[in-house]
Amino acid sequence: MQPLQPIGRGARIALGILFFVLFFAFWGAATLGGFVSPTFLADPVTMVKDGLYLLTEQGFLTDIGVTVWRVVGGFVLATIVAVPLGVAMGAYKPIEALLEPFVSFARYLPASAFVPLLILWAGIGELQKLLVIFLGSVFQIILMIAVGVANTRRDLVEAAYTLGATDTGVVKRVLIPANAPDIAETLRLVLGWAWTYVIVAELIGASSGIGYMIINSQALMATGQIIFGIIVIGLIGLISDFFFKAVNRRLFAWRLA
Amino acid sequence: MSAELVISNVSRVFPGVNGGAPVTALQPTNLDIPRNDFVTILGPSGCGKSTLLRIVAGLDKPSTGSVTLAGQPVKGPGADRGMVFQSYTLFPWLTIRENVAFGLREKGMAEKEKNEIVDSYLDKVGLRGFENHWPKQLSGGMQQRTAIARALANNPRILLLDEPFGALDNQTRGLMQELLLGIWEREVKTVIFVTHDIEEAVFMASRVVTMTARPGRIKSITPVDLPHPRHYTVKSSPEFSALRLKLTEEIRSEAIAAATDH
Repeated sequence: MQPLQPIGRGARIALGILFFVLFFAFWGAATLGGFVSPTFLADPVTMVKDGLYLLTEQGFLTDIGVTVWRVVGGFVLATIVAVPLGVAMGAYKPIEALLEPFVSFARYLPASAFVPLLILWAGIGELQKLLVIFLGSVFQIILMIAVGVANTRRDLVEAAYTLGATDTGVVKRVLIPANAPDIAETLRLVLGWAWTYVIVAELIGASSGIGYMIINSQALMATGQIIFGIIVIGLIGLISDFFFKAVNRRLFAWRLA
Repeated sequence: MSAELVISNVSRVFPGVNGGAPVTALQPTNLDIPRNDFVTILGPSGCGKSTLLRIVAGLDKPSTGSVTLAGQPVKGPGADRGMVFQSYTLFPWLTIRENVAFGLREKGMAEKEKNEIVDSYLDKVGLRGFENHWPKQLSGGMQQRTAIARALANNPRILLLDEPFGALDNQTRGLMQELLLGIWEREVKTVIFVTHDIEEAVFMASRVVTMTARPGRIKSITPVDLPHPRHYTVKSSPEFSALRLKLTEEIRSEAIAAATDH
């Protein structure tokens, strides 16, 4: 193999699928072959059966819908707050000096540790779930966008000034478009993290959602259901990632030209 | 008649890094540039020629002195001083057409008038047919042509160029010089062109200003009386060779000074 040598599209897809096949084969061999006790790890066949049972008998689709709504809701709230703040912090040094130390500190506060407090403040309703995701995402987005905007190519900013751009013109017509692809990429990344927060939020004080189903299945020792829930999360993540990438490619064609 | 651009007593001292001694990039400098003059500033690297140009553009502040353009003191960058940089500074998210229109859009010009101006400058730099390309899809020479069109479309009082062809190969650079000179001969504009290429400095200029090694100051001003329109063949004329030789001597001693300084 030559370093950095590109491969064909067909080979790329085949190799990508191959690893999934290997993964499931190994799992199947370990469980169906009797090497691992079913009490600890269900085999793939049981997992699929449990999955079908959840979907048809237990109304698991509703749980999936609830969880997706929580992730998207909390994530959109975080985006609405974080993107303007991040751009402002990156563009204006006094705002950066004011907020950067606090945001850097707040970024390390684990969102999951806020769950008990948030239950106290917001009850166990939807607002609490959204707030967990919001707290987990918002500081990360702010900081990553601020760093990107602050590192905008200085010569492009200078060029805009010599073309008569005003200070706000530079923000609107240089800093924001120059960083839009990186902002979208940041959002894609943080959306992935939001999925871990939603499960944490649903493990405590929830009566619906994928996380709720998982914690319920633990009591029943239904490892097949737990694994099915985890795989569903993985699949939704994969789909949303794919969707995000496709939208980015369309919106930011200039990057790929 | 007073000069269009007056640089009076302009100097620039950069503060020392990490408590080091401050660095004088530019000693107090005086230069008057009349309207429609084409001045090239020639000097070894690190002589402060780019610093001087950036101060005229308003992108840097002088430590002493002032710059006035048409009687107005320069306080910051503005549309009356168009600039072309050595690095490729087209906005990568805008098409070639949108890049050229950037300044006009910033002025809030009506769509129809804007399009006419943009089209005419795309014609002048020979980029018709590339309007809807992204900058990335164009060669370095084409990108710099777009940058010139973008600066000129704004109709600045003065055009500032900071080694605009420095990153281009020799053949492309020669063609770009002719293109820019051709535009200047037809449109008549005040131009300051910074370069370290002696041949380029002579070919383009009505006056060549040479600068000393750091800390920079003006060493000499040499008028270039070669007739216009200038064709590239003028580069092989005896007059051209004499000017080149004179300036080579001047710059050589400065380059040696700069090289032994460190």
